[in-house]
Amino acid sequence: MTATIEPEVGKSRRRKEDERLITGRTRWTDNITLPGMLHMAVLRSPFAHAKIVSIDTSAAKSAPGVVAVFTARDLDPDSSIGMPCAWPITPDMKAPRRPVLAADQVNFAGEGVAVVVARTSAEAHDALEEIDVEYDELPVILDMEAAIADGAPLVHEDQGSNTSAVWKFDSGEAGTGGNVEEAISSAEVVVKRRFRQQRLVPAFMEPRACVVDPTGTQLTMWSATQVPHILRVMSALTLGIPEHKLRVIAPDVGGGFGGKIGVLPEEMMSLLVAQKLGKPVKWNESRSETMLAAHHGRDQIQDITISATRDGQVTGLKVELLANLGAYNGLVGTGVPILGAFMFNAIYKIPAYHFACTNVYTTTTLTDAYRGAGRPEATFAIERIMDELAVELGVDPLELREKNWIKHEEFPFTTVCGLTYDSGNYEAATAKAKQLFDYDGLRAEQEKRRASGDKVQLGIGISTFTEMCGLAPSRVLGSLDYGAGGWEHAAIRMLPTGKVEVITGASAHGQGHETAWSQIVADQLGVAFEDVEIIHGDTQSSHKGMDTYGSRSLVVGGIAIVKAAEKVVAKAKPIAAHLLECAEDDLEFANGKFTVKGTDTSTGIADIALAVFAAHNLPDGVEPSLDSDATFDPENFSYPHGTHLCAAEVDTETGRVKLRSYVCVDDVGVAVNPLIVEGQVHGGLAQGIAQALFEGTEHDESGTLTTGTFADYLLPSAADLPSFTTDRTETPSTTNPLGAKGVGEAGTIASTPAVVNAVIDAVRHFGVNDIEMPLTPMRVWHAVQHGTTDAGGPGRGEAGGGLGSIDASGGAQ
Amino acid sequence: MRITVTVDGTKYTDEVEPRTLLVHHLREKLGKVGTVVGCDTSNCGACTVHLDGHSVKSCSVLAVQADGCEVTTIEGLARDGQLHPVQKAFHDNHALQCGFCTPGMIMQSIDLLADNPDPDEQAVREGLEGNLCRCTGYQNIVRAVRDAAQNMSPGAGPEAERITETKHVGVGGD
Ligand code: FES
Ligand code: FES
Repeated sequence: MTATIEPEVGKSRRRKEDERLITGRTRWTDNITLPGMLHMAVLRSPFAHAKIVSIDTSAAKSAPGVVAVFTARDLDPDSSIGMPCAWPITPDMKAPRRPVLAADQVNFAGEGVAVVVARTSAEAHDALEEIDVEYDELPVILDMEAAIADGAPLVHEDQGSNTSAVWKFDSGEAGTGGNVEEAISSAEVVVKRRFRQQRLVPAFMEPRACVVDPTGTQLTMWSATQVPHILRVMSALTLGIPEHKLRVIAPDVGGGFGGKIGVLPEEMMSLLVAQKLGKPVKWNESRSETMLAAHHGRDQIQDITISATRDGQVTGLKVELLANLGAYNGLVGTGVPILGAFMFNAIYKIPAYHFACTNVYTTTTLTDAYRGAGRPEATFAIERIMDELAVELGVDPLELREKNWIKHEEFPFTTVCGLTYDSGNYEAATAKAKQLFDYDGLRAEQEKRRASGDKVQLGIGISTFTEMCGLAPSRVLGSLDYGAGGWEHAAIRMLPTGKVEVITGASAHGQGHETAWSQIVADQLGVAFEDVEIIHGDTQSSHKGMDTYGSRSLVVGGIAIVKAAEKVVAKAKPIAAHLLECAEDDLEFANGKFTVKGTDTSTGIADIALAVFAAHNLPDGVEPSLDSDATFDPENFSYPHGTHLCAAEVDTETGRVKLRSYVCVDDVGVAVNPLIVEGQVHGGLAQGIAQALFEGTEHDESGTLTTGTFADYLLPSAADLPSFTTDRTETPSTTNPLGAKGVGEAGTIASTPAVVNAVIDAVRHFGVNDIEMPLTPMRVWHAVQHGTTDAGGPGRGEAGGGLGSIDASGGAQ
Repeated sequence: MRITVTVDGTKYTDEVEPRTLLVHHLREKLGKVGTVVGCDTSNCGACTVHLDGHSVKSCSVLAVQADGCEVTTIEGLARDGQLHPVQKAFHDNHALQCGFCTPGMIMQSIDLLADNPDPDEQAVREGLEGNLCRCTGYQNIVRAVRDAAQNMSPGAGPEAERITETKHVGVGGD
């Protein structure tokens, strides 16, 4: 019998991708240079809200190196082109047209007003300064509550309101649970809080860019995008380009985090300009432009009410959100809060649930998906309010969680939102995390410090979480009115020499997919890891797909690859039987070989591939091909989970927060490559911690982004972050054959509340029960000085005042 | 203006505009696109190269300032098909994801190790303060730098020599 080959899945393989990345042989979009290529630069509005009175481009047109200057009327004479929104969340959702370039009015600072095309990028940028635009300023609308108040000035006058849509879910009405109002009115304990999810910048390190080449028989566009396939379809629909005449390539992409999920006006401008000029055109933005004009994330006001019995059984949860869309509907930004709607109940058995979200227009940059998209916001709210409830009840916050979570033996479990969680073991992850963290020891130290009045106080923050990964079952997306499906496509080409090409519709941008997918294929086909080549990110070679977001590359894309591999094996089997002169039923396939059961007689998949190539001796009627195609549409999401514990030291004299230790145990089901999983968790933690402590956009009252560069927007460096202790438990997903659950968002989702809970725990005895994010030293210090009042009871107004005063000193928006 | 710069061992003489930044000269004129641009405020470190053996952010140096100097970029680190020990350590420790910050991180790490051949965790973190990474959370980068330090310590073999060699490439000449 053949020796068993060690499985690839589960191995901490060093990444295939690294070689080119560590030697500088990467192909970023900005590296692409084509003969005769021109450079495009975009003139952006300095005003957040203004009528455009006139644009004079004559001086720019005669500036050195300038080939052409376009305004909206030149690019889009009929004013017919509107940027797409793929998620009409309600039938009556407002959908103001977002033009490629603003024609009559600008609605956020940074909106494109004109483009210059020149021989060099420097010349194009120089000429921007020669364009003379006369603006007539309109009222700036930054605050969501003010925006929806009666008589508020409107972002889009013709829409009649700044409310885009109101989306609701009620467990009583849906029949998935009880009535929340009854739960709250009859509850022994009710806690109410307002949380703010500040606006964040995804801040991928590679700025956005695209290159369009119109000189062949089709248009080719390279773009630093997460979604080449969606971009192609949307470009075709938006601009009327026949889809088969457009090829979109996402070469190496330097990070996305949801921030490269959009279909960009700049991409549409580049396509239009390149077609008009008949020459290749490159657009490459500066960091300041990215900060201003690439979409932002989060930005919600969350009013949360939780009800419980005195002994700690949660009875109801009510969530009312205001979500800031910015000036227009992004590609999927409208649906971000809706993704979150299903996660507020988190890992808990909550019997009654009500969710309502109002999407609001303001004169700010659009918001759209950002790592976790809706789910971090939801997890933050529930994990913060669970801590507040624990304080109200006088119990340990971990005990309160244990009392309410879904027990291991209760899976599969259908939640109050109607989702069925396939598997989970919250007990195991929590026990492991507690042990790694020394929970009891730290609690004892906390007591001591509190008693001694140490100027540095210790706090312990807990965050348990689950999320829906693997976006998504197409019918579920359909039921939520999302405009596309959630399937993924894969194809496998067995080459005559036994090497394997795998084509996937998912599109990597730094996660290590080439490595993980190769491991899967190596196991499925019994070929060497090195013998697998992954082809992705080019609509010509990977001709259909749904791209990468929502941790779907493995649990949807990876399964499509498994399905394609199964088809290859099925195709090879009759050929193997023919070559070995036996019945198909006598064959078994393992480690890349078909073996006649109970014998040594075998043939390998590589031999069959060569035989197929020669095609001299195939069974009658068999097509000479081992290639296969598969499309996988999941039946359910997957639900990774984890327990995160954070110990924070807070200097009560300066407000400085130091993370003393951070421990997390994540359960992502089967880990295809534990090394990659660990790396994803680290990166996610950094992003989530950054939301808690460092990052947040700010605007001045004129609507100008005052955190518009890396000098003002505090992206943490290595010196700002601690080392993390990460570990895993492994509860396989039961909804896919790999048992994988997805990991891309875990760290980001769970860490923000863990850190904020820790800081508040450290200073709670000063009367503090909330501090607005980011928890800057100034805000923490101020909270320690003044305490905050409970926002739960009738003193709501008072709490608002407290937060307001923190706000003022923190200097936030 | 006419400048001569030796980049990764090759001498280039070119006309440049006075305002041209070194990073743009490298990328656009010399085709050295391994060095990338991540910001316009000299905050991200993605463009870090060695100028006469010391790390600089090449977006904050004018090309004319590099006249007569030696520049080492990420593309000039591997020699005879052998990765620099820091490159290898980044690979071994999974210290990169999208890889956009990586050339700058590696160049900065080499400079850091030249100054301090055995840095503790805090020293590495502080030494990399000027280089931003959005993907890794830095933990594996820190691990890689310390791993490289081990591999390059005296007695760790011929690779140990590489660090000083790289550091002084401009001074000693090739
Ligand atoms: S590009 Fe030079 S520091 Fe950012
Ligand atoms: S690896 Fe992506 S920014 Fe560092």
